[in-house]
Amino acid sequence: MISLKDLKNAFLVSLWFVFLTFPLMVIKVNPFERTIDWRWQNMGYVAAGSFICYLASRFFLASKAAKQKKQKLLDIPDKPKSDWQQRLLSEPRLYLPVLGVILAILLIFPQIFSTYQINIMITALMYVVLGLGLNIVVGVAGLLDLGYVAFYAVGAYSYALLNLHFGLGFWAVLPIGGLLAAGFGIILGFPVLRLRGDYLAIVTLGFGEIIRLILENWNDFSRGPSGISNIPRPGFFGMEMTLNQSISYLYYLMIALVIFTIFVVNRLQNSRIGRAWFALREDEIACQAMGIDKTRTKLSAFSLGAFWAGMVGVIFAAKTTFVNPASFTFLESAIILCIVVLGGMGSIIGVIIAALILMLLPEYLRAFSDYRMLVFGATLVLMMVFCPLGIISTVRRTYTIDKNLKTSNDREDYT
Amino acid sequence: MLELRSVNSYYGNIQALHDISLKVEEGEIITLIGANGAGKSTTLMSISGVIPPRSGEILFKGKPIHQMSPDKIVALGICQVPEGRHIFPVLTVAENLDMGAFLRRDNRQIKQDLEYIYTLFPLLANRRNQPGGNLSGGEQQMLAISRALMAKPQLLLLDEPSMGLAPLVTRQIFDIIKKINTEQNTTIFLVEQNANLALKTADRGYVLETGRITMHDKAENLLSNEDIQKAYLGI
Repeated sequence: MISLKDLKNAFLVSLWFVFLTFPLMVIKVNPFERTIDWRWQNMGYVAAGSFICYLASRFFLASKAAKQKKQKLLDIPDKPKSDWQQRLLSEPRLYLPVLGVILAILLIFPQIFSTYQINIMITALMYVVLGLGLNIVVGVAGLLDLGYVAFYAVGAYSYALLNLHFGLGFWAVLPIGGLLAAGFGIILGFPVLRLRGDYLAIVTLGFGEIIRLILENWNDFSRGPSGISNIPRPGFFGMEMTLNQSISYLYYLMIALVIFTIFVVNRLQNSRIGRAWFALREDEIACQAMGIDKTRTKLSAFSLGAFWAGMVGVIFAAKTTFVNPASFTFLESAIILCIVVLGGMGSIIGVIIAALILMLLPEYLRAFSDYRMLVFGATLVLMMVFCPLGIISTVRRTYTIDKNLKTSNDREDYT
Repeated sequence: MLELRSVNSYYGNIQALHDISLKVEEGEIITLIGANGAGKSTTLMSISGVIPPRSGEILFKGKPIHQMSPDKIVALGICQVPEGRHIFPVLTVAENLDMGAFLRRDNRQIKQDLEYIYTLFPLLANRRNQPGGNLSGGEQQMLAISRALMAKPQLLLLDEPSMGLAPLVTRQIFDIIKKINTEQNTTIFLVEQNANLALKTADRGYVLETGRITMHDKAENLLSNEDIQKAYLGI
């Protein structure tokens, strides 16, 4: 399957990589003794590694293409890309046990693992909710939002400030934080109603930076870069808890929030407004011709997406007991966007898996020590090359309708 | 039913429509013919509220609608089939049709209308589970018209239904337009480049030239008019 041309290309690729990594891998300067270490053997590793990687990827792609070609020749109708995924997701008999096992593992997780592991898991779960929230805006409604972290910051600071000035507790602020973020979503939504795509991305990026800069510079309001500390952890009917207990408590809280989010987001996607979002993503002109209120649809996408970020923001503040603007940089937005794109636009399960991978991978890659971010980046690149539609491409509701029956039983589901 | 009174519409600073006045009576097929860039589509966009007129009035059943947003206008019963079809490519045919009924809540009636559309376009019934993007141009046009019909409009605005279609398919679509008009008593406002076919289908016609209405008459009179024949029919 590998032709001579592939071999030639592989050779050129390995040569290119040797050239690219030469200063990093081969030259090692010892500043004290003022000598240069020439590590020539590294050059060999890089060459061999990239040569093999290139050939492997060619082989993989070629076999994939061959399979598709064969399918076309035999005139097999285009099967859904991942058959087992679809089956697993559509049959309750198959997915219910899997779901049960996952839930059981999640529930006993804090009993087995150390506080460190639980903390990582809480962070990962937070990003699951953030991903699901952004998924509404980017994945479903198709509005590219690069400033999502602003809403996260609004949530975190609303808890920090309301607690500082008015002594409000976690449970009171949780919905308030969400609603405040949703309000900011609408504020952002109004000026960007006419924008789409790249232009929208730039405006939202600016919005995210504005919020961060305000928090950084308005000392009287937010205490500037030094942040706000001593934020109380969430209480449980006034019970006193040790640090370990409160962390496990937060973990269970996060699990509950994730389940709640999945439920709501799923209902939203299959609702009337969800269909309006899908339609808006596909074709704006057609949307208007169908009588969909563009303004309301866009604003609702922004505010409902922001709502989750606000809630997670509150939990973030409670978890770290400290907030400062440095936690809400553009990088955060980029990571959340990565989660959505990697998971497969609009797919809930995809987003969950992607969030877990993206958050847990850097932690568990610590075995690679110095190279962990390199491996992480390579994983991202490879995933996008081999499954550009995301881990799980959107399983859209499809109805197989009996020809005689026509559309009698799906109608109820729709409305 | 619909009346435009000296409507002026602009794209930025460029005036596209100059003092357009026209009338559509209930149950009619009206056609608006003209060359490229005459302002045919802009007229439709002004009626449907996508490009609101800067001055002038648009009355639907005596009520002014020129300041309403597009979705409110659709809710009144004016539905547009946009130029270039604009179906939802990823949604299936059935879902596309369902989007047409977005504003309606009378489920039983919707179901009946769906049946009617599947009898009108049997092709769509066969392909109801396929993504709209997989259909051919003619089928997409049929889908676009059916989707608009699912909104149960009183006035259907059709923007160049013949665009990019083979002559045979075009004829088929025009037959169906006529059928919709007689069977459903839907008033139809047809914007078309194919003046010959449009005038043969319509009851009355307006001729638009560089944003101004230069002529209006019964369709058969326009068909036999020498100037029209020279300019648009190529006779």
